[in-house]
Amino acid sequence: MHITRGFKGKARADAATRDRVPPGQFVTSDFPILTAGPTQRTGLDDWTLSFQLDGKLLARWDWKELEALPQTEMKTDIHCVTKWSKLDTRWRGVTIDDLLRAAGLAESPAGFVMAHCDGGYSTNYAIADLIDSRAMVATHYEDSPLPASHGGPARMLVPHLYFWKSAKWIRRLAFKEQNVPGFWESLGDHLRGDPWREQRYSGDE
Amino acid sequence: MNSLLRWLLATVSQLHEETAGVKTISFDVPGWRGHVAGQHVDIRLTAEDGYVAQRSYSLASPAGPDPRIQLTVERVDDGEVSPFLLDELRVGDSIELRGPIGGYFTWSPGTAGPLMLIAGGSGIAPLMSMLRTRALASSRAPARLLYSSRSERHIIYRGELDRLHGARDGFILTHTLTREVPDGWTGERGRIGRTPLTQRGFAPRERPHVFVCGPTPFVDAIADHLVAIGHEESSIRTERFGPTGESK
Repeated sequence: MHITRGFKGKARADAATRDRVPPGQFVTSDFPILTAGPTQRTGLDDWTLSFQLDGKLLARWDWKELEALPQTEMKTDIHCVTKWSKLDTRWRGVTIDDLLRAAGLAESPAGFVMAHCDGGYSTNYAIADLIDSRAMVATHYEDSPLPASHGGPARMLVPHLYFWKSAKWIRRLAFKEQNVPGFWESLGDHLRGDPWREQRYSGDE
Repeated sequence: MNSLLRWLLATVSQLHEETAGVKTISFDVPGWRGHVAGQHVDIRLTAEDGYVAQRSYSLASPAGPDPRIQLTVERVDDGEVSPFLLDELRVGDSIELRGPIGGYFTWSPGTAGPLMLIAGGSGIAPLMSMLRTRALASSRAPARLLYSSRSERHIIYRGELDRLHGARDGFILTHTLTREVPDGWTGERGRIGRTPLTQRGFAPRERPHVFVCGPTPFVDAIADHLVAIGHEESSIRTERFGPTGESK
């Protein structure tokens, strides 16, 4: 550890808050926007969500069909690799478990998933990181429809991983056997991105 | 991209005030492995009680293997790290940093096609690295910068940008001032809208590589304008910073 001469930092968070903030993160009340390119604005009439299994279409929902699926609320902390964390964010959407059930799968496939988004963004997961109520396709934030700037009409919400994994403008989940790096993962970010293990970049832990 | 990004000890070699509230900090970084233009570093500050703060800053110095790197830092008034960097840090001090980080918001002189840069405020830093890299490589790639500042005294790197523009090597600089415009000002005025992007930038058919860096509302507005003008979405690379004004 290298002590930085003269650095005091700001007032420390209380112990309860501190336990909720992963290493290297700071808490913000703002909701920063980070996107590699322009904001995508897909109308609800043109929006569909597809699940693919080994390259074949497994299921597809339009907006009304998605809204008709069981809706789950999630209150959670989120952690961006650019160092900000935001506590107690409230979301609503459809869990990946419910989507898999709606797709007719009795149990989830094994292996990995690639999320594909409007604008060409992609990100990869182990399926284990998406099931058991850990992740959803979120359509609402703090009781309002998710704005386009934050990934609306629908984004992934995988809050136990760094927030680049909560891909904005989600359109397709491709289930496959192999773990292939997505957009940021092929440009130097960590393949999994667990904030508690500080897996920010390729080579971390 | 697979090698470990180790924390390195960087020693401050020079501090230069660019404008009120903006300083360029030069570091010597033994073990630095070089960078390309547009990348950033993470810095890590540790207080005596073990408290740690990390932040990211763009590299402003040109690409290459030189272990002397520069960051240009703007004060965030209620910030935790930038006031320390601007007010406390002295020549000879050391801080931890690691990098380079980021493989998307980057440009190299070998890239075919024009370079179109749009900066708001201190968002000029990574774009300055691109322009410095271009100049050092004697690249003739057509390049244009639209640079939005609040007032004349807020313009960062002003003298150097004027010199780069004056070299007449294919780089054209356009300033715009959004708040205070002095008498006799020959640049643009007001926020960058579609007209200056069309008249002072490259046309979509010229297939420029577009880099936009600045505060979030600035970048959002510019990116939307660029798409509306007809630029390919995949040609527009953005970096946003600062508050969105959304407290929820």
